[in-house]
Amino acid sequence: MSNAEVDALSADWEMVVGLEVHVQLKTRTKAFCACSTEFGAPPNRNTCPVCLALPGALPVLNAHAVELATRTSLALNCSVQPVSVFARKNYFYPDLPKGYQISQFDKPLATDGWVEIGARADGSPIRIGVTRVHMEEDAGKSIHDRFPGVTAIDLNRSGTPLVEIVSEPDIRSSEQAGAYLRVLKQILEYMDVSDVSMEEGSLRVDANVSARRRGETKLGTKAEVKNMNSFFGVERALEMEFIRQARVLKSGGTVLQQTMLWDAGKNEVRPSRTKEGSHDYRYFPEPDLPPLVLAIDWIEKMKHDMPELPAARRARFATDYGLGEYDVDVLTANPHLADYYESVARASDDPKTSANWVMGEVLAQLKQSEERIDAFRVRPADLAQLLGLVRDGVVTLTSAKRIFVRMIATGNPPAQIAEQEGLVKVDDTSQLDAWLDEVIAEMPAEAQRYRDGEKRLQGVLVGAAMKKSKGRADPKMLNQLLVERFTE
Amino acid sequence: MSNRASSAAAMRNAVMAGNSSPTAAVASAIARANDVGAGRDQLNIFAWTNDDDAREQAKAHVELMNDTTPGLLLGVPVAIKDNIATLTLPTTCGSRILDGYVSPYEATVVRKLREAGAIPFGKTNMDEFAMGSSTEHSAYGPTRNPLAPDRVPGGSSGGSAAAVAAGIVSVALGSETGGSVRQPAAFCGVVGVKPTYGRVSRFGLVAFASSLDQVGVFGATVDDAARGLRVVAGYDWLDSTSAELDVPEYHEASTATVRGMVIGKPKEYFPDSLDPRIRVHCDAALEQLRALGAEIREVSLPNTAMAIPVYYIVAPAEASSNLARFDGVRYGLRIEGDGLRGMYEATRSHGFGAEVTRRILLGTYVLSAGYYDAYYRKAQQVRTLIAGDFSRVFASGVDVLFTPTAPTTAFPIGAISDPYEMYMSDIFTVTANLAGVPAMSQPIGRVDGLPVGGQFIASHFDEMKMFTAAYALERALGDKVRA
Amino acid sequence: MPVSIDDVRHIATLARLGLTDERAASLVDELNTILGHMDALSKVDTEGVQEAIGVGARGTPTRRDEGPPIPLERSLDGFAPSLRDGLLLVPRLSSHEVTEEA
Repeated sequence: MSNAEVDALSADWEMVVGLEVHVQLKTRTKAFCACSTEFGAPPNRNTCPVCLALPGALPVLNAHAVELATRTSLALNCSVQPVSVFARKNYFYPDLPKGYQISQFDKPLATDGWVEIGARADGSPIRIGVTRVHMEEDAGKSIHDRFPGVTAIDLNRSGTPLVEIVSEPDIRSSEQAGAYLRVLKQILEYMDVSDVSMEEGSLRVDANVSARRRGETKLGTKAEVKNMNSFFGVERALEMEFIRQARVLKSGGTVLQQTMLWDAGKNEVRPSRTKEGSHDYRYFPEPDLPPLVLAIDWIEKMKHDMPELPAARRARFATDYGLGEYDVDVLTANPHLADYYESVARASDDPKTSANWVMGEVLAQLKQSEERIDAFRVRPADLAQLLGLVRDGVVTLTSAKRIFVRMIATGNPPAQIAEQEGLVKVDDTSQLDAWLDEVIAEMPAEAQRYRDGEKRLQGVLVGAAMKKSKGRADPKMLNQLLVERFTE
Repeated sequence: MSNRASSAAAMRNAVMAGNSSPTAAVASAIARANDVGAGRDQLNIFAWTNDDDAREQAKAHVELMNDTTPGLLLGVPVAIKDNIATLTLPTTCGSRILDGYVSPYEATVVRKLREAGAIPFGKTNMDEFAMGSSTEHSAYGPTRNPLAPDRVPGGSSGGSAAAVAAGIVSVALGSETGGSVRQPAAFCGVVGVKPTYGRVSRFGLVAFASSLDQVGVFGATVDDAARGLRVVAGYDWLDSTSAELDVPEYHEASTATVRGMVIGKPKEYFPDSLDPRIRVHCDAALEQLRALGAEIREVSLPNTAMAIPVYYIVAPAEASSNLARFDGVRYGLRIEGDGLRGMYEATRSHGFGAEVTRRILLGTYVLSAGYYDAYYRKAQQVRTLIAGDFSRVFASGVDVLFTPTAPTTAFPIGAISDPYEMYMSDIFTVTANLAGVPAMSQPIGRVDGLPVGGQFIASHFDEMKMFTAAYALERALGDKVRA
Repeated sequence: MPVSIDDVRHIATLARLGLTDERAASLVDELNTILGHMDALSKVDTEGVQEAIGVGARGTPTRRDEGPPIPLERSLDGFAPSLRDGLLLVPRLSSHEVTEEA
């Protein structure tokens, strides 16, 4: 969706955006206590003295959260710091039990990275700088609409590990913001560090937006935009905020440093009623946790053990499997699909046909059933076997598609289904002739016209015979027999 | 000896020999508490007691008596400061904001006590959230010094010091942030130990200033304190600042000698303004140690004068954050007001006393935008210099330092109203907390009948040397200096 | 830098402490007196001195990503001031407060 007013204003004004992305890390237990991070437990069930902030309780850092945060940092090309420091961010809110959030402030886990989001017309890559990646804990949930007149607090989420990924103000359009988020999400999926679902709240985005006259190098006054709950929402919110600021500047006004809230329903941004300057978080080093010290060897090992990044996988699919750009993009969209395809391609030794099947039958099925590929009933090895049956002439392509449907329903291997359902290809001449005899008897007029030279009716007659065979007949042989029959 | 509790070692031996039992020990402590008038309108030593609960816990300990390796505190009643989480008695930190709060989990030190055969006996009164040096600032009223009931017992662990001084228990737990065990030990004529930061788990100790807090131990004697510390010390994975080091048998220091030991006398702790009557006792103690073969060496810790300013920035800053959790949402006091903000403000202003309020505001101020560098960062830098003073002295071959524990003896209740004057009570004790080194106070004499405390300070995790010196000095000075 | 009554009001708000006018006024003096003693620090040369944070050079220990959590001997309804259907209740936030940290 392009916005005409954005386009018009963009002639003179430039949008400048930096994004702050919070990502819930996929750990079994919370960042600083051993409570489960499982979603959907009864309210306040997953709590303990630590995440309830009972008097005297102390935090102990989850090693796996450190691993996932480090992997994230490395995937974003950041320098992981051998020493980083946890800090307390102090503010009162009923879903923040300690009255402070354990975060990192002036010594974050990682700094100075970048993400490549595409290429310019001249082929040079567009990179968005990553200022820092730091670890912190999530707050609980405030529920305002459950009971009249009161706010209800559920602390199950309190203490879930997060990383905050802060970008440089390198983003110049809503499209770039969308691209950055999609690339970031894909990288996080490939790193297997998070469920990265904006809808479920495991990925949350805040934006710092400013506008400036084209050619200006200084940054304008920024507003913070919050409350977006989809990538689409982020793009629209940035456009509306840019329009608002550019209008202000155009009319000679000044942009206020303030927090704006996106209202997806009304498609507008409006100022939050937070008093500016009321935020004084009084950060100081968390005395309950000594600094996080990571050995250089350990960081190197994390680098070495990192899963393949999307860009590397795309390059490999293109060269190893000879796939075109479109196929590569579709098949590498997420790591599970890429894994699936790659398993089929390797087992079948036929990357092209595998690609056609995965992009065709498999994706169509997943779309229809709204399943995830990693939970798909048809195992890659079985799909590869099916492809082998077609290649070896054991079943026809038509039968293969029916077998595939049965595989989804039963989970059985394709050879077994072909056998049980009698879908093995028929190439016995007498049986094929018998089907042709039936067709000619049932369609005498068409048979006569074909005999008289109306060759395009060959397909109709063969098709009818195929149908009689329930798709098992070898179509090549049927055609041949039909031609032979009328040229005698 | 009838006015004193039996020593921890004697009680354990009696239980093992079948001459006593945990139940009898508890009964005797209850009787003693009644005799001395430990109750609310008398000495006011305890914030919370439950005699039936103590008896029950004692009964449960009977099975431990036949254990092949009986715990070091088998059958010993131990009083516990009201800021250490216990399952059966309330944990209220001497504050209205926690009135009636019973912790649903137990502090590591309390578990260790029980496992060693000790019987938790009462929660002792304290300055609210350990902020004070007199135990006058408790929601439950002031505790009186058993040796001079018109005077304070010191603080903030005044109730624990008084429980030992009154002979109710021979061992008690306190907590230290800036001298809250050593100073009341000095005022009450008992032994008080602040171990190295990280030696004892803080899990379950309600935080005042996390980088300074440490559970401490009171004993009627050096041996009682040594055994108490041995039991509660040790690594605990639930406290990320706890040290993964073996714990020595501190009571074995009783047979060690101070011959050849170098004892430093830091000149900054003996200023010209020091009360000459306290100086005399310190000099006499040093003379005893010299006579026993120790070398006394004059040393300097030049940044000592900065300790009080540093402490009264760092501690309130951390406290302002640590006490944010008392918000009326999940536990403790809640007073409704106008909306959420009104509830917060009503709860906290009614729940916290004047000194706690003052320190929260002070701490909030020194951390707030624009003041952090001038106050908090600067204080943490000077703290490094103070710690460096100790490292340098100990690296130069000094084994332990000896100083007065407090600049005065126990003062009358109500005598000090100026906050800063009260802060100066900690002048000789805060340095050990800032540097994280272990220190202990023991009685070295009397002035006008009031006890005077002498302090040993050792290097990190070198408590053994400190105990060696303390045992030797205690033997040399004899029984007359005790409570 | 003396503390003003506005400073006291501001930090009291940050700390969520309700103060009467009388108390606020006396706190101005109390804090200024205390901070006056702290000014001695500004004379200490701390050029290049590290801040004292953390103990030991080994860094914070970590735990394995597994349960069980520390058990609660009494559940939330044993100590929470206001609870319904397992949820903690607080006065409804004003719209100003709703957006404050959302």
